[in-house]
Amino acid sequence: MLHVGSLEKVRLNINGHNRWVTIKASERLIDVLRNRLGYTGCKPGCLNGDCGACTVLVDGVPMKSCMMLAPQVVGKAITTIEGLEGTDVQKAFIEHNAFQCGYCTPGFIMNIEGLLAKHRHADEAIIEDWLQSNICRCTSYQEMKAAIQDVLHKRDQNHEELE
Amino acid sequence: MLANIEAMMTLPSHKSLEEPSFLNHFSVHALPLEARWERLVIVISHVFKHTHLMTLFFWQKRVMRVEWVGQNVIRKDAWDKVTGRAKFAADTMTMDTLFAALVTSPYAHAKILQVDVSQAEAVPGVIKVVTGEDIDILVGEGIRDRPILAKDKVRYYGEPIAVVIADSPDTARLAAPFVKAAFLPLPVVNSPQEAIQAQAPLVHEHLDTYYTPKHLRPIPGTNIAHHVKIRKGEADKKLPSCPVIYESRVSFPPSDHCAMETRTATVEIRPDGTVCVESSSQVPFIIKSLFSELFDIPQDKIVVTTPLVGGGYGGKSAVQLEFIAYIASRAVGGQKVMLTNRREEDFVTSPVHIGLDATVTIGCDDTGRFIAMKISYLFDGGAYSDKAVDICRAAAIDCTGPYRVDHVFCDAYCLYTNHPYPTAFRGFGHPELTYAVERCIDGLAEKLAMDPTVLRKKNLIQPGDTTPTQSLLNKSRIGNLTACLEKVKALIRWDEGDRIETENHTIRAKGVSCFWKTSNIGPNVSSGALLVFNKDGTVHLDCGVVEIGTGSRSVLAQIAAERLGIDVKDIHVDMTIKTTTTPEHYKTVASRGLWMAGRAVLRAADDALSQLFQIASQVLRVSPDDLRAEGGFIFYKHEPRKRLSFRELAHGYRYPNGNTIGGQVIGRGSFVLPKLTFLDPDTGKGDPGPDWTVGAEAVEVEFNPKDDTYKILRAACVIDAGTIINPMYAEGQVRGGMHMGLSFASREGFVFTKDGIVMNNQFRTYKVLRYGENPEYLVDFVQTPSMETAYGLRGIGEHGVIGMPAALAASLSKASGVFINELPIIPELIWRLKRGR
Repeated sequence: MLHVGSLEKVRLNINGHNRWVTIKASERLIDVLRNRLGYTGCKPGCLNGDCGACTVLVDGVPMKSCMMLAPQVVGKAITTIEGLEGTDVQKAFIEHNAFQCGYCTPGFIMNIEGLLAKHRHADEAIIEDWLQSNICRCTSYQEMKAAIQDVLHKRDQNHEELE
Repeated sequence: MLANIEAMMTLPSHKSLEEPSFLNHFSVHALPLEARWERLVIVISHVFKHTHLMTLFFWQKRVMRVEWVGQNVIRKDAWDKVTGRAKFAADTMTMDTLFAALVTSPYAHAKILQVDVSQAEAVPGVIKVVTGEDIDILVGEGIRDRPILAKDKVRYYGEPIAVVIADSPDTARLAAPFVKAAFLPLPVVNSPQEAIQAQAPLVHEHLDTYYTPKHLRPIPGTNIAHHVKIRKGEADKKLPSCPVIYESRVSFPPSDHCAMETRTATVEIRPDGTVCVESSSQVPFIIKSLFSELFDIPQDKIVVTTPLVGGGYGGKSAVQLEFIAYIASRAVGGQKVMLTNRREEDFVTSPVHIGLDATVTIGCDDTGRFIAMKISYLFDGGAYSDKAVDICRAAAIDCTGPYRVDHVFCDAYCLYTNHPYPTAFRGFGHPELTYAVERCIDGLAEKLAMDPTVLRKKNLIQPGDTTPTQSLLNKSRIGNLTACLEKVKALIRWDEGDRIETENHTIRAKGVSCFWKTSNIGPNVSSGALLVFNKDGTVHLDCGVVEIGTGSRSVLAQIAAERLGIDVKDIHVDMTIKTTTTPEHYKTVASRGLWMAGRAVLRAADDALSQLFQIASQVLRVSPDDLRAEGGFIFYKHEPRKRLSFRELAHGYRYPNGNTIGGQVIGRGSFVLPKLTFLDPDTGKGDPGPDWTVGAEAVEVEFNPKDDTYKILRAACVIDAGTIINPMYAEGQVRGGMHMGLSFASREGFVFTKDGIVMNNQFRTYKVLRYGENPEYLVDFVQTPSMETAYGLRGIGEHGVIGMPAALAASLSKASGVFINELPIIPELIWRLKRGR
């Protein structure tokens, strides 16, 4: 149990690695990830839970890291964008021009990874429901939609082949 | 568009010389530069339309290589951006960094009675607090009317009054509220209409004491920061006698860019006086020149670094936080200080998107042919004039929209108000002027009982016509707007009807808008490029275009690869700009990235090739004129087996005995827009820009008359984009622009209290379009090559946004039966207009 204001050393499981880090109980997860551990792929956009740019996976569920305190994730598995290496979603984002400035991209990709893990055959309504928590200001979302559909389509094809 | 891309994809690519092809037998390098690219332009234009026409040019023994122009080459920053490795300005925190937080004004207009920093400075971890009293200069890009931190009085809600410097971001933020300021509220100027009234309170009482560049004309004793006059023909005489006259007004408040990366500036002053700035900026070179002028620092003692920028849209073309961070660093002995906006500050403290009140009157004959226009633009210049005066000028220059009007009378005013101050927003005055003009045209069409597309088509500007500033147009300068309008009508299926009542008791309606835009940048601004060769023949491309998301730096590599005849993979592009070594590109604004830097890159490539030819000519013992480059080799034209690779030449050629000739090949090029002029102060006559990108847009909505809600179904845009270098990214730019335009038009805008306080400075109160709220976007192009640019391209970065507000308003006016002339168009606005409130 951490006490407010005190510094304490905790172990966080990030991208499959154990990282020991000294934190304050009042620190937000985003600040610990960025400022203490260097996971700068997690982006501050509003620090208010409105834009989703800081989304990471906590035990596989997309969470806005600006809306969590770091002590809340002790003992849980955290995945940041740095933990993804050439996933289908990342490739589809490139192929379909689903980003421009790239600032909101990590948050969107983490959200989509969480979505597609939970809903293997997500329909348009589910996708919309999930992705409305993030904001992209460069693209038209049409590109992102194409990227997600491409991933789902390829997944279906692979599934059929396996059967 | 798909068909276009496929056509381009089928063009020959990656040809090696060993494979004989009609494309490979000729060189353009033998031609003088101008003729050479003119030839390319002609050929490319035909190739994109009719590949078979290539054969017509066979006999001329001139040829182009289409290897990289027209290809969907993946951008160089792609993998960094999808893996979180891409670094933005706030991502590079070092151990020696101190952190700053702003203290901002809770009033829109108030006298500052006192600022007490003692409590804040007592907070453990706080190093220093700086206030306006500590600074004695005024800043501003044109008129120097802005204190770096407010002094004596505050002029807008959110204006910075002090900056707290501390050992951590949290401490700085924690201490900021302990800066205690006392204010005496003053009467507020809450709109441009209010600002221009004779009895309006003055936002600046001492306008006459400010440094003002010659071309700006503030009027002391008023709120007028600038007044631009356009006088062409005899509008005041002709307009009253026109058979049909229609007048309309529009109005919309300031809004915001909402780049997802909030602005950041870090400044360090080194012991030798060198000032190091790192900033999320579209204008690192302007930071350099402004710092030099304002703080009297030689330019070589200023190093501005700009990494990838997380969205700009014009918003990061203002210099603001950099000044504050510099003052902060200076106050703590030059230590490195980082200042990052909170979202709330990014919304209102830093510059915003301009608001406008406008009146447009069109006079035409009975057939709808425009005769005269009278236009009044009252721009909401906010508390400080910074770029607003230039936006006002830009709107005046293109004040009529893309129509032939022989008699034009336009007064554009930039007015001081107690609102957040504006800077460039994608389109720079054009989405704003277009809303005013296109709404008037729709009203006129209704009065004439004419199809709005027919009325527009009748009046579209053509080669041979002149602009409001009396610039004479030709095909290269104006492109083909008629073709754009025809194509957009087909895309939106205009002919099925622009108002259809559905079985569900909703109404499907459509609206169109045309637009044009030129660049409005100074007549002497330049763009440079460097191509530095590695020993293995690969190349580093550097230029001053900031990577703000458009992909321009990567597309410039395509242009370089095309000219050098090497694989685009062999061109490395670093995404970070450092003003000490990167050649200057004035500003990454105005859709001039590829336009200007493209020419600089071509020149740098030609310079590099001439160096390679020089070395190769000595080795091969032939004249450099008889050499050409292709596929990473320099060939003797008449005997292609005699060749040398770039690798053998890039750092000089070494003979077998060790003798070496030549050195590292470094191609350099720069470019200035030719033949631009200042404008006549009384008539506006002059040449403000090199060309106009034109286009047409349309929107289809489904409107529910019961509750005035609507869904945007489809949005279409056709731009005359000239030659397209990278189709995927060109389309992406246009779609992104359309999307931003629809978001702005349908839901964005600051809500002010009567005291000028902004009520919505967070994303939960200031709404933007989210995933799934977007319509289906349809994008196509007309391709009239420019005769002045690299391979005939045109600027298209901003243009998608321009016509969207007008097209949306047209569709919803058609659907609802009320004339919509405000923004944003939320259901409540339609409800209000219906009831005459």
